[in-house]
Amino acid sequence: MNEHDLHGLIGKVKAGKMSRRGFVQRMMAVGIAAPFATQLLVHSGVAMAQAKDTYKPTKAGGGGPLKVLWWQGPTLLNPHFAVGTKDQDGSRLFYEPLAAWDAEGNLKAKLAAVIPTRENGGLSADGKSVTWKLKQNVKWHDGKPFTADDAIFNWEYAKDPATASVTIGSYQDVMVEKVDQYTIVVKFAKPTPFWADAYVGTRGMLIPKHLFAEYIGAKSRDAPTNLKPVGTGPYMFKDFKPGDMVMGVINPNYHQANRPYFDSIEMKGGGDAVSAARAVLQTGEFDFAWNMQVEDEILSRLEKGGKGRVQVTPGGNIEHMQLNTTDPWTEVDGERSSIKTKHPTLSDPAVRQAIALIIDNKSIEQHIYGRTGPATRDFLNNPERYRSKANPIEFNVDKASDLLEKAGWKKGSDGIRAKDGKKLKFVYQTSINQPRQKTQAIIKQAAQKAGIDMELKSVTASVFFSSDVANPDTYTKFYCDLQMYTTTMSQPDPQVFMNQFTSWEVSTKENKWQGRNITRWRNEEYDKIFRASENELDPVKRTALFIKMNDMAVQNQVVLGVVMRPTVSALGTKLNAQISGWDNNTSDLSDWFKEA
Amino acid sequence: MIPSLLGISLVLFTVLAMAPGDPFEELATNPAVPPEVRAALRAKFGLDDPVWTRYLHWLVAMIHGDWGFSFVSRMDVDKLILQRLPVTLIVIGSSQIIAMLVALPVGVLAATRPYSLFDQVANTLAFVGFSLPTFFTGLLFILVFSIQLDWLPFVYRANIDATGWQFYWEHIKQSIMPVMVLGLFQGASLVRFVRSSVLDVIKLDYVTTARSKGIGERKVITKHVVRNALIPVVTLVALQLPIVFGGAIVTEQIFRVPGIGSLLISSMLSNDTPVVMAVTFVIACLVVFFNLLADIIYGWLDPRISYR
Repeated sequence: MNEHDLHGLIGKVKAGKMSRRGFVQRMMAVGIAAPFATQLLVHSGVAMAQAKDTYKPTKAGGGGPLKVLWWQGPTLLNPHFAVGTKDQDGSRLFYEPLAAWDAEGNLKAKLAAVIPTRENGGLSADGKSVTWKLKQNVKWHDGKPFTADDAIFNWEYAKDPATASVTIGSYQDVMVEKVDQYTIVVKFAKPTPFWADAYVGTRGMLIPKHLFAEYIGAKSRDAPTNLKPVGTGPYMFKDFKPGDMVMGVINPNYHQANRPYFDSIEMKGGGDAVSAARAVLQTGEFDFAWNMQVEDEILSRLEKGGKGRVQVTPGGNIEHMQLNTTDPWTEVDGERSSIKTKHPTLSDPAVRQAIALIIDNKSIEQHIYGRTGPATRDFLNNPERYRSKANPIEFNVDKASDLLEKAGWKKGSDGIRAKDGKKLKFVYQTSINQPRQKTQAIIKQAAQKAGIDMELKSVTASVFFSSDVANPDTYTKFYCDLQMYTTTMSQPDPQVFMNQFTSWEVSTKENKWQGRNITRWRNEEYDKIFRASENELDPVKRTALFIKMNDMAVQNQVVLGVVMRPTVSALGTKLNAQISGWDNNTSDLSDWFKEA
Repeated sequence: MIPSLLGISLVLFTVLAMAPGDPFEELATNPAVPPEVRAALRAKFGLDDPVWTRYLHWLVAMIHGDWGFSFVSRMDVDKLILQRLPVTLIVIGSSQIIAMLVALPVGVLAATRPYSLFDQVANTLAFVGFSLPTFFTGLLFILVFSIQLDWLPFVYRANIDATGWQFYWEHIKQSIMPVMVLGLFQGASLVRFVRSSVLDVIKLDYVTTARSKGIGERKVITKHVVRNALIPVVTLVALQLPIVFGGAIVTEQIFRVPGIGSLLISSMLSNDTPVVMAVTFVIACLVVFFNLLADIIYGWLDPRISYR
């Protein structure tokens, strides 16, 4: 048992997955005495509120080069234009937000002096404003000081529609005011319980005013600094070849003591996930590889080389099954799956319950995803405090058959159940991706036993996930009975995530299928609870509201969780890197180091 | 040459325009990005215009020497390509040299001793060589030389932090595998071709005459046989160049060589039309250029062919 395993176990205790007694017993089994094991827990902050700082190096630099592999390399380095995570991760080497999200979904100050709270006066009682105190004596890489003017400028830059920044959503509805040289106030139009959007995490990286001021709005694409970042981060820009590599050297004036540890960083792009895993786990050519979309079986085999290990970080992404509430086979006013229709068979609660009973999450985890996909029935799983405990996984084909039998769905001569001339025949679609096709096969098999016929359909990912209005096979059109894919949760606050079941988000022809409610389920009570959560300032009550929303969606079989999709990275044996499922992979880069 | 380039560009443009997806796809699935941003970006880059106006815009700009602007990287396409081109030229150039260095002596030697043991071994190996696709040999090389033996790195890094001999040594070490994969594939088919070409020439009367004059065998082969036998080989090398570029795209992807081939693949995956157009255009130009080079070499090999 090495230190990483230990950290994993302690993490489990923290998350409540393992009891303290279970932990102590495990420790005793490997020869660690009970009092010492308890001590371990105390030091790891299980008894304390804040996790302890694990950073060991006592001076900045001296760590040699850090070589990381992103199998899709960053293609641009302006965080306000960063389309994908790869671009955000690349920008994060040089740029920083006011605060970052840690693995548990808590805030960690970066360019902010402190995290605003009610106690320190950062948050107003009415929930309408946040006061950020900025860290003083922070310098941009070119030596100019970082001040409130820079923070204000980022707001003006991002909210200008002519700039066409991808961060506009976080900045357009707020007002930002300068109080003094190192204080800003973010004001909201109405009470906002989730205030940590602008200036935080992936959407909060700050660019310098003195280099971008002339390139605001329509001229934004001409800024030379778009390709040569000047930020406040732990590394200074050295070289960039889009799609191939980003290079940085240590920032000697970094604002955090004894950081960063490495003298330079090289982020290499290109290739594929499996060979990236090889370069870290098997040959040790690289120290870190991002987004290991590789079957767990292969990862475990590569890990046997002993040169590296796989680190799984929980996040909110969830592979789930959606049940259509509308009729995908009837066209009304030029669209199928119109909300004016009702699904002929799935509208029967017994049928929906039966489908929930034939999804074998545990086998799917065991035989397909392994560590990279823990089974779950819930839709909202993380951060752990929002997880409902009311929806255990139940796989029981006999019970499903019973339910259907009782509801009057009788088996015909072809073995398929029918009632009033309507057969239980469903088209079940997903994107082309090997684990998904295997999952489809497992579910189809169980369905067959219960007397439900499933026709499997797989669509090329570039079509399925596109927003092409002319194509009938996109997931937002949902022109079939069941579908399965992973939906992402990019922030630890479930507000945006849970709007996927509100009636005003329904995806229709009218909004060009850009609504987020794909299942088209509408429920007044749900809408009401969602509205309440938008204004509820008491965190405990608000958490309860989110759990209630998850339960409503899952217990009405609107969606059914299949497996969680955590962040999977490959790390060299000595590398110590904290990865957060709620922020960029490189969000905590300043604290990465190699064990001696 | 100009009509063929025009045709290529027209076909490419239409196919790319009809393919599903657009460069700002990722924004559509991100709930934090309002749909208006995507619409604004599409309008800004002219993606909402009809295909033919987009094509005309592109063509007019291209004639004026403006290669366009990458949607994904937000920089000028010519800069993007110039960053990548040298690496591709070095890898393809050295693999061609390796191919010639292997194929010429082996092919000639096999032809001078037809059906000997050497000829049979060479033939068999050549057959194996060009039957195996580059993506297979590439992976095989990685498995053997990087993973089993741990001799060579399999990730190509264009920026190596070293000076002097160390710098060159590192570059050679990481180039060995991609160059060998491409060079041996090319060399294998050349061996067969050189052999049959030499066999054709070696039976001709003037060779017998040369021998009967008492010229040494070595001189007969190098001066009289090989020079004449090379004419069809040069044609083949030039004609096979598109295949080499195809192979290079695969090899660059496997070894992460930052050349124009890997740029082409990533741009296709992200629907970055201007870059795809430009890269294919560059490849087309290179093929035309090497054909021209072949014509010039003909003149040197056989003065009768050159224009008077």
